[in-house]
Amino acid sequence: MRLLATLSLILSGAGLLAAQQPPQITGVITHPGKPLIAVTAFRGAGAAAPLMDLFNQTVMSDLQGSPLVNFVPRTLYPTQVPQTSTDLIAGVKTANQAANGLRLTDWSLPPTSAGYLGFGYGAEDHGMFVIFGWFYTADPHIPTLQQAQVFGRVYTASLDKAGAVDAAHRYAADILAVFGGKSLVGTRIVFVSNRSGHKEIWVMNWDGTNQKQLTHYGSISVFPSSSPDGRFVAFTTYAPGYPAIRIISIDTGRQLPFYNQRASMNAFVTFTPDSKHVIYSSTAAGGPAQLYMANIDGSNFHRITASGAIEVEPKINPKTGTDMVDVSGRGGLPQIYHMNLEGANVQRITAGTGEAVNPAWSPDGEHIAFAWTKGFEPGNYNIFIMDVVSQQTTQLTSHEGRNENPSWAPDGAHIVYASKRGRSSQIWVMNADGTGKHPLTHAGNNEEPVWVNAEK
Amino acid sequence: MTKRRASLTLATALTLVIAAGCHKKAAPPPPPPPPPAQPPAAKPTINFFTAEPSTITSGQFATLRWSVTDATTVEIDNGIGQVSPNGRRAVNPTATTQYTLTATGAGGTASAQTTVTVSTPPPPAAPPPQSSATPTEILSQQVHDIHFDYNKSDVRGSEQPIVQEDASALKQIFAMDPGFVVMVEGNCDERGSAEYNLALGDRRASSIKNALVNLGVPASNLKTISYGEERPLCTESTQECWSRNRRVHFSAGQ
Repeated sequence: MRLLATLSLILSGAGLLAAQQPPQITGVITHPGKPLIAVTAFRGAGAAAPLMDLFNQTVMSDLQGSPLVNFVPRTLYPTQVPQTSTDLIAGVKTANQAANGLRLTDWSLPPTSAGYLGFGYGAEDHGMFVIFGWFYTADPHIPTLQQAQVFGRVYTASLDKAGAVDAAHRYAADILAVFGGKSLVGTRIVFVSNRSGHKEIWVMNWDGTNQKQLTHYGSISVFPSSSPDGRFVAFTTYAPGYPAIRIISIDTGRQLPFYNQRASMNAFVTFTPDSKHVIYSSTAAGGPAQLYMANIDGSNFHRITASGAIEVEPKINPKTGTDMVDVSGRGGLPQIYHMNLEGANVQRITAGTGEAVNPAWSPDGEHIAFAWTKGFEPGNYNIFIMDVVSQQTTQLTSHEGRNENPSWAPDGAHIVYASKRGRSSQIWVMNADGTGKHPLTHAGNNEEPVWVNAEK
Repeated sequence: MTKRRASLTLATALTLVIAAGCHKKAAPPPPPPPPPAQPPAAKPTINFFTAEPSTITSGQFATLRWSVTDATTVEIDNGIGQVSPNGRRAVNPTATTQYTLTATGAGGTASAQTTVTVSTPPPPAAPPPQSSATPTEILSQQVHDIHFDYNKSDVRGSEQPIVQEDASALKQIFAMDPGFVVMVEGNCDERGSAEYNLALGDRRASSIKNALVNLGVPASNLKTISYGEERPLCTESTQECWSRNRRVHFSAGQ
């Protein structure tokens, strides 16, 4: 299905790109005219051979999932492919030569029509999995092979499936970096899981590997959020007997000091871009939960909203650090509001119908993802994204269970979210245009994912 | 009334007839000589005849005591028979019994009665009254959940009587134990977002606490907490289940 769509895209040209998209997808994420990338299926020698299918699949998935490039399907490639840079033949084939795939022009001309070519091979070296990966521009106007080479690198990883996936992510990330892409390597996802019998905070790599439990309170620990430096996770736990805020180190689990106001509830931490201040929700004033700003250790708190209605889920714009969104009941059912960090210039940005909750900023600070019951009964949420300025919305999930708590990947191209299908809630990831949905968790119930930046 | 007047009239008539007959008798003979002067035989005297206790329950004993002088024989009925002039006898009648003591001597006969009353045994003791329940028992048995409409935290009309009943029971608890703390727990159904529901559950708990305080429940004994949608009573996706989960529940605190 996806293959066919991509195929027709390429054959019919960029002019038809928009027409091929589902009508509700706007131009928020997709980039017409993005470069066409061909990457060969790498072959492997010795103990690396059984891992190459996984490596090739992962590279293709990462490139297909990116809004920065178009991945040319491998069915359109020449029959012969280069495996090392020395396999390449310079120049353009003459009229009586076959397009054997060893000239860059064999890739730039139809039917492949690629602007760039990636190739390489895998091997075992001293018990490690080693990938030799190259990336070339296939522009026929570049005179020499040396000038056409964008990069050639060696990737070393463990000689197992995890190593194959890791090497593939790094190679794909290097390709995407050429086009301004931010690598997801080193990014993590914190989430809530009840696998231990209690709701605890867990962390995993962004591709779902290395899932491990961070908290061991044996209580109810929920609503994680992460500091922009990727080092800390804040969450709400009932461990002290009432819902209170904790901030811990993701790496060590060490708890940072945080002063909880005397209140029946303190929850929903969002960090300023410099990770020095937080805004959170508290009932300290006695009425409905209101927003407070404080230092990272909870000191110097002061109230910034006085709406007389429930104010939860503040989310500071990670780009500007001067505006934020939150979820407010001031109009009745919960909706998403935009305001500055003093709680002023309040404007509702969702349509006012149904319930709109769980706002999450894109890294560029121009979009939010959120969960909305639009068109469905209460509780039947789907993931939408919105251009905050134009308030144009795009629906990313539909008829796939209850979908909520979206969180944007640092590359701006992926969204992690919780999808409850039947009784079981799991963490899913998708491209920011709604394609490529797949689960990252399977055991127990998992919810409230937050994509954590790589540590700075 | 009429019958009694008739009887009186008859008696009067008979008297008149007898009197009239007497008048027809001849003159009376002279009086006989006085009998020889000898000390008259003394009539028996019953000094006392008692039953102690005078009231027993069936199966218990009572003691008859008596003292008689100038008697040659003393007898008590109801199967006791002849007894000495001074004595006592334990009896255990199963029904109320009147005992008659008859003393016979040269001077004549005397008698006296005493009664032993037998009461039926009392019914088994009644169970202890409800007021002896502990505060924890009252909390679990008499303080009931209060339910809410979707996305609402105000007390709906149909729940007002329950709030009042809860207030009475809570006041009883705090009167028994002024240090007792009750947690007022706000809960929501699963449909709202977990985040919004945490704050909504807090509103529900707070709303019920305020209503109870207005009904005289001491505020210092009530603590609110929201569990949002973390503690559902049921997990079916039905209106019935959702309405059960939208509740304020009470539990014992520290």
